Amino acid sequence: MDFDFSDDQKQLRDQARKFLAEKCSPKAVRVVLDGKAPYDKELWKGLAEMGFLGVAIPEEFGGAGAGHLELCVIAEEMGRANAPVPFSSTVYLAAEALLIAGSEAQKKKWLPAIASGEAIGTLALFEGKGNPAPKNVKLTAANGVLNGVKKPVADGAIADFAVVAARTGSSGRENDISLFLVDLRDGGVEVKNLTNLDPTRGQAEFTFKDCKAEPLGAAGEGWSILTQVLDRAAVLCAFEQVGGSDRALEMGRDYALDRIAFGRQIGSFQAVKHMLADMYVSATLARSNSYYGAWALSTNAAELPEAAAAARISATQAFQHCAKNNIQVHGGMGFTWEFDCHMYYRRANAMALGLGSLSYWEDQLIDRMRKKNAA
Amino acid sequence: MNFDDTPQEAEFRSLARAWIGANAPRQYEDELRKSSLGRTVLKNANILEVAKAWQKKKADAGWACLHWPKEYGGRGSSPIERVIWQQEEGPFGQLSRMFIIGHGMCGPTMMAFAREEHKRTYLPPLASGEKIWCQLFSEPAGGSDVAGLRTRAEKDGDDWVINGQKIWTSGAHYSDYGILLTRTDPTVPKHKGLTMFFLDMKSPGVEVRPIKQASGASDFNEVYFTNVRIPDHQRLGEVGDGWNVSLTTLMNERSAIGAAVSTGFPELFEYCSSLMLDDGPAIEDRAVRSKLANWAVKASGLKYTSMRAISALSKGERPGPENSIGKLVAGSMIQDVATYALDLQGAAGVVSGEDAELAGRFQAMLLRAPGTRVEGGTDEIMRNIIAERVLGLPGDIRVDKDVPFNKIPTKGRG
Repeated sequence: MDFDFSDDQKQLRDQARKFLAEKCSPKAVRVVLDGKAPYDKELWKGLAEMGFLGVAIPEEFGGAGAGHLELCVIAEEMGRANAPVPFSSTVYLAAEALLIAGSEAQKKKWLPAIASGEAIGTLALFEGKGNPAPKNVKLTAANGVLNGVKKPVADGAIADFAVVAARTGSSGRENDISLFLVDLRDGGVEVKNLTNLDPTRGQAEFTFKDCKAEPLGAAGEGWSILTQVLDRAAVLCAFEQVGGSDRALEMGRDYALDRIAFGRQIGSFQAVKHMLADMYVSATLARSNSYYGAWALSTNAAELPEAAAAARISATQAFQHCAKNNIQVHGGMGFTWEFDCHMYYRRANAMALGLGSLSYWEDQLIDRMRKKNAA
Repeated sequence: MNFDDTPQEAEFRSLARAWIGANAPRQYEDELRKSSLGRTVLKNANILEVAKAWQKKKADAGWACLHWPKEYGGRGSSPIERVIWQQEEGPFGQLSRMFIIGHGMCGPTMMAFAREEHKRTYLPPLASGEKIWCQLFSEPAGGSDVAGLRTRAEKDGDDWVINGQKIWTSGAHYSDYGILLTRTDPTVPKHKGLTMFFLDMKSPGVEVRPIKQASGASDFNEVYFTNVRIPDHQRLGEVGDGWNVSLTTLMNERSAIGAAVSTGFPELFEYCSSLMLDDGPAIEDRAVRSKLANWAVKASGLKYTSMRAISALSKGERPGPENSIGKLVAGSMIQDVATYALDLQGAAGVVSGEDAELAGRFQAMLLRAPGTRVEGGTDEIMRNIIAERVLGLPGDIRVDKDVPFNKIPTKGRG
């Protein structure tokens, strides 16, 4: 058994960490947080040059052709650095949808553009309140045009193209749903920026009025493709969440060592020590569940649906737990705009919702465990 | 990243599997598989006898105490082979419970500190299960403050004379030998005045009184010492160096990774899959599903954390303090799981024993679970270990650190 990343993969992780430490300091994150730019364009360009955007994209489509384990280690560092770039929407969602269901022409058009940093992509799935479910998709596709509203759409305001879930039937079942590709640069979609919990990663509302779209994958296969995309993204996001959890824990630990009150380091008080120990425990459980998800993703194992849901739940809980208690360790300072704690708190809580809520994934996990037991 | 054995590991596994397949006491497999925390019993056999017979069989064929050197009754296996053995032994591993302290802690301490002739005399029958050992550390006033012990050892000629009391001694009522931590100098700070011995539990002046636990069972004992004589050659380590000797013992406790910690989750999941509530199957209920999912990811997180540790072992790395999380997480989880299983039973949950749902499985778990959070280090001590040794936070302030032991105030039982 070698239930760990390889030395090469760890080296890639170190390389990504070093690069992000230099190019994505908290100060750089704040430029985006304070609203002066929708994302860090320089960083995005740098990530493309390092080959990180296309690490899991095959070489024939302009990527590095490494694989998903390599993408996992980079995702962890993106989360650790709280990178203000549309990485998850473009790389985990849009690129993965193309890899799973895109035609040769679609892959040729978009994947090299993703790898080179020229195109930002997103997935337009949600329509207001509610979790991923066929019945919640009301936007319609007929005669090659889309009509309806999608929100929130991650990084929608800066995206060049979107994968859109649309209703193509009325049976009330999963095969009513089909996926479409929309080139947002054609201007057929009305895009409105939405304020959101995490301004370092934008959210938008899309209004489609007889908007031209091309099918992505076979008609009626949309829900099955989406499920696979969400499972893969769940594992990849889990690594971002693990990276964020570890960073929040480190910040809390460092502050507990640095800050003196009542004549001693606050990290010597058991109440504080135990809070940090519990953060370590949840981050460790999340990391282990995520490793299993990475194994399932990289080997395309039958266990992927269950492993993805477990990684998703565990990492969501850990990041929320670590981010919230990092603020608690910092006391009043943690609640100020000036300290960086709130950036991780925002990211943790935004990420907890982006692929469907925690309770949605809890439900998924139990369904999948039952299916496995029945099999 | 893979779950495959190396060729050497695969070869060892197939040897182990074949031997276990041909020799394990299959007639008890089902009962052992269905046992859970607080409920390991064999209906028609004495578990101590069954366990001793299985251990002897293993020893005769060279499968006992895998990590010990051959000359002391072991196999000289690598740590990873020990883990593979545990995986293959499966439910029969439950039979090793009464040997855990002897094999995991007393034996290694003897190996590190006993005279060669003692090692050759005492270790092989310990490995083969013919003799059972216990560990006499905890005291009523000590609790988590192990070094606060008060049992006195005073030199008298070539012997030491022991007076005092130990508590929470697992298995003392069926043990043949024990390792004993005593105070030999109360005028120096508490960690400096301790000395370790081993002794025959049948020595005159040793009295063992089983403690009835909250669960009704008696796994632990009080042990009283009245003028018990131990020859000086049974001393382990130097006079006054007992604390360092005991740390070796406690470090060995940690290396027993790979053994699955009981969380109660598989039992609860199975129960909810068949249980009918007023409004339909429990597994269809949203609130039940949410609870199950939360525990599912804790259980799988522990499982894969242990697999990461095993991977590190197979590369020759040593287990670190981060392995403390297993007991910490599992301990409170099994308590919560049992509480919830009874909640699902409604008023009927109050009934325990054979008349209860599933023959009282969750009730037994509930009543035994508090012990898991205390034994081998309380939750609070585990959190201290993680905070101090993994995260590098300062140690607790110890007001008794430089004070002579006989000047430290004490009160209450631990």
